[in-house]
Amino acid sequence: MLTILLVLIPIVTGLLALSVGGRTVRQLALLGALAELVTAVVAWTQFDPAAGTQFGFKYTWIASAGISFSAGIDGISLLLVLLTTFLTPLIILSTFGYDYKNSSAFYALILFMEAALVGVFTATDVFLFYLFFEAALIPVYFLAAVWGGENRLKVTFKFFVYTIFGSLFMLVALVYLYFQTPGEHTSEITALYDLILDAKTQSWVFWGLFIAFAIKMPLFPFHTWQPDTYTESPTPATMLLSGIMLKMGVYGLIRLLLPIVPLGLAQWGEVAIVLSVIGIVYGSIIAIQQRDMKRLIAYSSFAHVGLMAAGVFSTTLNGLQGALIQMLAHGINVVGMFFIVEIIYSRTKSRYLDHLGGITQKTPHLTVYFMILLLGSVALPLTNGFVGEFLLLAGVFEYNNWLGAVAGLTIILGAVYLLRMFQKAMFGAPSAASESFKDLTVSERAVLIPLAIMVFWIGIYPSTFLKMTEPAVHQILRFINS
Amino acid sequence: MYPIVLLSVLGIVVLYLGFLKSKSILLPATLLFLVVAMIGNFFEWNDGELLYFKGMFAVNKLTLTFNAIVLFSAFMIVAMTQGFQDNEEAQPAEYFALMLFSLVGAFMMIGFENLIMLFLGVEILSVAMYVLTGSDKRNLRSNEAALKYFLMGAFATGIMLFGIALLYGASGSFSLNGIESFVTLNQRSPSYLLYAGLLLVLIGMLFKVSAAPFHFWTPDVYDGAPSIFTAFMATIVKTAGFAALFRLLSHSFSGIYDFWWPTLSILTVLTLLVGNIIAVYQDSFKRMLAYSSISHAGYLLIALTSMTKQTENAILFYSMAYSFATICAFGVLIPVAREKSLEGRPNESYEAFNGLAKNNPLLAFVLTVSMLSLAGIPLTAGFWGKFFVFSSAVERELVWMIIVAVLMSAVGIYYYFRVIMAAYMKEGDTATIRIAPFYKIVLIAATLLTILFGLAPGLFEAAM
Repeated sequence: MLTILLVLIPIVTGLLALSVGGRTVRQLALLGALAELVTAVVAWTQFDPAAGTQFGFKYTWIASAGISFSAGIDGISLLLVLLTTFLTPLIILSTFGYDYKNSSAFYALILFMEAALVGVFTATDVFLFYLFFEAALIPVYFLAAVWGGENRLKVTFKFFVYTIFGSLFMLVALVYLYFQTPGEHTSEITALYDLILDAKTQSWVFWGLFIAFAIKMPLFPFHTWQPDTYTESPTPATMLLSGIMLKMGVYGLIRLLLPIVPLGLAQWGEVAIVLSVIGIVYGSIIAIQQRDMKRLIAYSSFAHVGLMAAGVFSTTLNGLQGALIQMLAHGINVVGMFFIVEIIYSRTKSRYLDHLGGITQKTPHLTVYFMILLLGSVALPLTNGFVGEFLLLAGVFEYNNWLGAVAGLTIILGAVYLLRMFQKAMFGAPSAASESFKDLTVSERAVLIPLAIMVFWIGIYPSTFLKMTEPAVHQILRFINS
Repeated sequence: MYPIVLLSVLGIVVLYLGFLKSKSILLPATLLFLVVAMIGNFFEWNDGELLYFKGMFAVNKLTLTFNAIVLFSAFMIVAMTQGFQDNEEAQPAEYFALMLFSLVGAFMMIGFENLIMLFLGVEILSVAMYVLTGSDKRNLRSNEAALKYFLMGAFATGIMLFGIALLYGASGSFSLNGIESFVTLNQRSPSYLLYAGLLLVLIGMLFKVSAAPFHFWTPDVYDGAPSIFTAFMATIVKTAGFAALFRLLSHSFSGIYDFWWPTLSILTVLTLLVGNIIAVYQDSFKRMLAYSSISHAGYLLIALTSMTKQTENAILFYSMAYSFATICAFGVLIPVAREKSLEGRPNESYEAFNGLAKNNPLLAFVLTVSMLSLAGIPLTAGFWGKFFVFSSAVERELVWMIIVAVLMSAVGIYYYFRVIMAAYMKEGDTATIRIAPFYKIVLIAATLLTILFGLAPGLFEAAM
């Protein structure tokens, strides 16, 4: 019951927002997103980690084909639902200082996006999963293509075609799996876990699924759409893309790829993990050379997601748990960082490091929050990034020492590009652009304070979240090893 | 059976109504007649399998559902003719009567039990369409289109008739059952006469549904015909054609599946490639829709080629989703092209849509949903159409065909999204276009149905 409510609240609020219009629409959108957050927190308080999938509902969708509209929440789902519902109100709040033309459509699209994301994370039927997986693309495409920067048309188009293309292969793989289910076919995800397929078939299915998720995250070498799209999109869309949507890919790996095709993974897991590790180093090195702050964070996000994927493909408890906690941490950090870039851009009209500098002298508040989020990303102990990266690296080391060592570069390189960005933008003599820089407004602080709190919460007491996901992760690992 | 009788009679009534001074009664009368036919269609819903004319014509749930799709599409298209009889030279009574007569042809193609009936249906449908294609008398391109369509169409019908003759020569029967029993009896020793006959009939039918390499008439004819009749051709002719192909292949020739599926699979892949790739290079939205209709013929052919239990459902759902989306696309194109007309001719290029969303949010939205549905994006009916088609191919494990189809779907997104981008993201000013209320209702209804079937495809099954 709670699950259906979680999917419906944003849709209803979105439709309301479309019909209301005017200046009240942003308050309405915020209210809807907060109601969604409250619902998710209620689900959290009633959640029992040991009890598997909960709050489920099932409605027959296509009776003759055994496809049902069914969703439920287990530990992994809950973590991502909490991330989505926590970030969306903040993303909406972050737009309060700005005017977007045609705002009712703008906020409605953000809310539709939230509904689709929650749908992806809670679906227990593969076709429902696929439907939401694709549906999430439409609102964010329009957000990016209508309200984006100069090159938006070309860039978002590439993004759209690229990701749909990947997903179609997943669809074919899923349809194939569906026909392998015994007797009256069913598309329940758990039924697919029980399939016994030979190694050759599994390797085909592996690639069908892997390409879809690898494009979505993105992993090296499927990442070419990502930096441009992140840079050209309006910041709220970038936040949705990097903070939440990227997690759909990682989630898909954990939920579908690992348990359904363990033999495919045994054959190709090595390739996948090597690609992920290449992405880490490659993304970091390019990030070091960026001058545009938004682009820099885009590449850093690419590098970070590489590490998450490497952790997942290590198929160790540490790797998976690390990937999950890092999804949460990365979502929080990257949304905060993009917001700070947007704040700087709105004040100085520039995102280029060469034009900035000396901001820190007039803005104690901004500097503090920026530093907190930055250190979270750099993975300083006691911040959220540390827990995730530590577990992830432990997982990759268990898999292979050499790969672990290379993946470990992420911490050093991450510190290099992030601190370089901070130094160039914030310290030094004030540039012409940053001379009359005003410190944070109330609504900006309202976004950054919750993010900063989460950075420390996860950093100091990660067990809150690790305990939530552990039983579900164990279950997935059982499927891989059986 | 009722719709055939009703529409034949009511078509003549419409002709007589044309003698009245007031032309404004024609449209409501035609719409009313279509509703009457629709009601008549469902009289036989619970009667199971019925045969008429000494077993030459069949009525069952499948044919009735196809009839309903065709009638519903026709209703929407006729409703969109509002305003076109303002033209003094136009003969609305004749157009409406021809449309009703061509529907009779479509019903015969859907329910035939005998190849003679199929031939009659194809001819009734086609002859009406030849005339309608050329109905824009002062327009050179409309005339050219009509002539082209007629010559090529007559040629294709000739080939089909030849094929029917060969089939008769081989099996000694025109009826589907007779041919079927011949095929099952002689499964071991193939009759080449039968094979040749089947191929020729297939060529004739594939011409009608514009599958490659028999598609060369499509772009010019679709482009030259008045948009409203292009919509008619793209939806009703195609639906009826695939219903007939399905009936033929699933019924009489299922025994020699191994013979015809390789042939059909090559044509399928060719159709997918030709339709999608050439569509990318079009500058005219209407011409793009012509190539898109070729590509959709390709997707429907995938379902036919795989011929599994899923196929029936796949073809029904796909033709419905495709028809609704295409009608919406033409429904937006017609007023926009008229508004933006250049030198008295409607402007059907992509540029005509630039900045449409600013003052015409409804039209832009309808256009977007129809393009998303044609592209097969989830939450629209088009997605489930593709889904069913792909699943039938996956069940047969036609791997390479699926790979082509997936690649071409990605290509499809490119040209469908061009017009969405033009409407929402390009600069341009289109004044608010006035649309008659009923026209608006039809557009909204078709759009809502597209979304509804996208959310709950089970509804369609439940209705059957």
